[in-house]
Amino acid sequence: MDQSTATVLENRFAAPGVYRLRIEAPALARAARPGQFLMLRVGQTLDPLLRRPFSIHAVHGSMTVDILYRVVGKGTNMLTTLRSGEGLDIVGPLGCGFSWREESPSLLVAGGMGIAPLFFLAQIIAKNGAGDKTSALIGARNKTELLCVKELKTMGLQVEAVTEDGSRGKKGLITDLITNRVAASRPVIYSCGPYPMLHAVASLAMQYGLSCQVSLESFMACGLGACLGCVAEMRSGDLVRVCKEGPVFDAYEVAWK
Amino acid sequence: MKKTRPDLSIRIGLLRLQNPVLTASGTFGYGQEYAGLLDLNRLGGIIVKGLSLNPRPGNMPPRTVETPCGLLNAIGLQNLGVENFIADKLPFLRNLSVPVIVNILGQDIKEYRKLAERLSSVEGIAALEVNISCPNVKKGGVVFGTDYKAAARVTRAVRAAARLPIIVKLSPNVTDIVSIARAVEDAGADAVSLINTLTGMAIDVEARRPKLHNVTGGLSGPAIKPIALRMVWQVAGAVNIPVIGCGGIMTAADALEFLIAGASAVQVGTANFVNPKATMEIISGIEEYLARHNLKDIKSLVGSLIL
Repeated sequence: MDQSTATVLENRFAAPGVYRLRIEAPALARAARPGQFLMLRVGQTLDPLLRRPFSIHAVHGSMTVDILYRVVGKGTNMLTTLRSGEGLDIVGPLGCGFSWREESPSLLVAGGMGIAPLFFLAQIIAKNGAGDKTSALIGARNKTELLCVKELKTMGLQVEAVTEDGSRGKKGLITDLITNRVAASRPVIYSCGPYPMLHAVASLAMQYGLSCQVSLESFMACGLGACLGCVAEMRSGDLVRVCKEGPVFDAYEVAWK
Repeated sequence: MKKTRPDLSIRIGLLRLQNPVLTASGTFGYGQEYAGLLDLNRLGGIIVKGLSLNPRPGNMPPRTVETPCGLLNAIGLQNLGVENFIADKLPFLRNLSVPVIVNILGQDIKEYRKLAERLSSVEGIAALEVNISCPNVKKGGVVFGTDYKAAARVTRAVRAAARLPIIVKLSPNVTDIVSIARAVEDAGADAVSLINTLTGMAIDVEARRPKLHNVTGGLSGPAIKPIALRMVWQVAGAVNIPVIGCGGIMTAADALEFLIAGASAVQVGTANFVNPKATMEIISGIEEYLARHNLKDIKSLVGSLIL
């Protein structure tokens, strides 16, 4: 973990309302693990005041890191104005990411922007020559929000897309596809997406007795484990910090609501 | 002629700080969380997260929400309890060369007394900050901070039990903060720190629900700085013990305002979230200011407001 100034290489439109920010950040690129995140200062003004957390979307070589972000409010709107060559104040990598279980087949389940951290995991899996043992289910509301399908295929993963309106891939929910995938191969599931989807994925994993890791989202003030603002409830009753003990948790430990 | 560096050191009663910049309780964890991001030994002191006698789970999430130039929180004093603190956190802090100040919060006077006794019995703690101002817990905290008689009772109890300097942290959620400050001074406080957060709330209009699970929370950050500064100025003019200023300090210029208003030291809080190196920049900025104004030490600046 380090605070540093990264250089913006590009900040490009990726899909409607979604941008891919590429930064030069050597220390981050070397230290980052899939599922970890960074805290980014979107501007020098006092409003918005706090940094914004973003998962690490991809790492290229030893220098470059990608962040995939959806424009949802003031902070992310300001982020879209960044131009190449500008400096960006970052703190990271932070948190505990996915622990990839090499011995088992992998099933990546991404809903909407949930693809952001899972793409980095796919990169690591492919780099270790396990892309062909790995499937990815990518879900979105419609085809314009379906991200990274082509790239994942290029990396050798079996990719299946699903959209709620049927504009691409199967029509329906991502959870409809899980049952077919898990019966024979008994994969380890790695998932990120909206809370209701994660809850459904976790329930299915538990039903089939499959190991499952989920990346949770939470509002964070510090990202460093200091403010205790981002806690999530575990089945043990403990309130644990999403930024420090997470953001990736064993689905069996989360107190799903 | 060789110019000597300005002297940033300051005394808060018996407590000597190498510079006037402290970290505010609840914004700096137990110090370790920031170890990789700044040189902890350059700080004036570290005030750790509020401690209670027994571990507290804190409030249910959501616990924080951002507001314009501010942060609302209702953590509810989640902490590991005094014994776990002594066993797990104090060894790291004790190895630092800066004073460690422990913020304490009891549900009743007996708990405050027990905390003061226990923490006075271990090595490595420089002072206690008595929290009578947390707005996010039902028992203790602000209950003692909004009534001058109750504030004095807590202060007397801690004073009698502690063998350490005591700083009483005041709540701004009162009609007359000066009367509370005077009451705790009379009861034996070595210093007062102010302000804690201002109570506030935020509503999700689509859902018509409060944004915080606790409904209300404490507002911190630059939004509250003018209020904090006014209160520090009023209290500094009314008591004879040192005042530690706190509330929305982001930069050296902010800290200087508090010092000029009469604070002998400052606490940096929410800024640690935004810029983990904020304290380092503030210390350098104060030093640079003193040099630029040919002031030989901090004491020449404290309370130097020209009216």
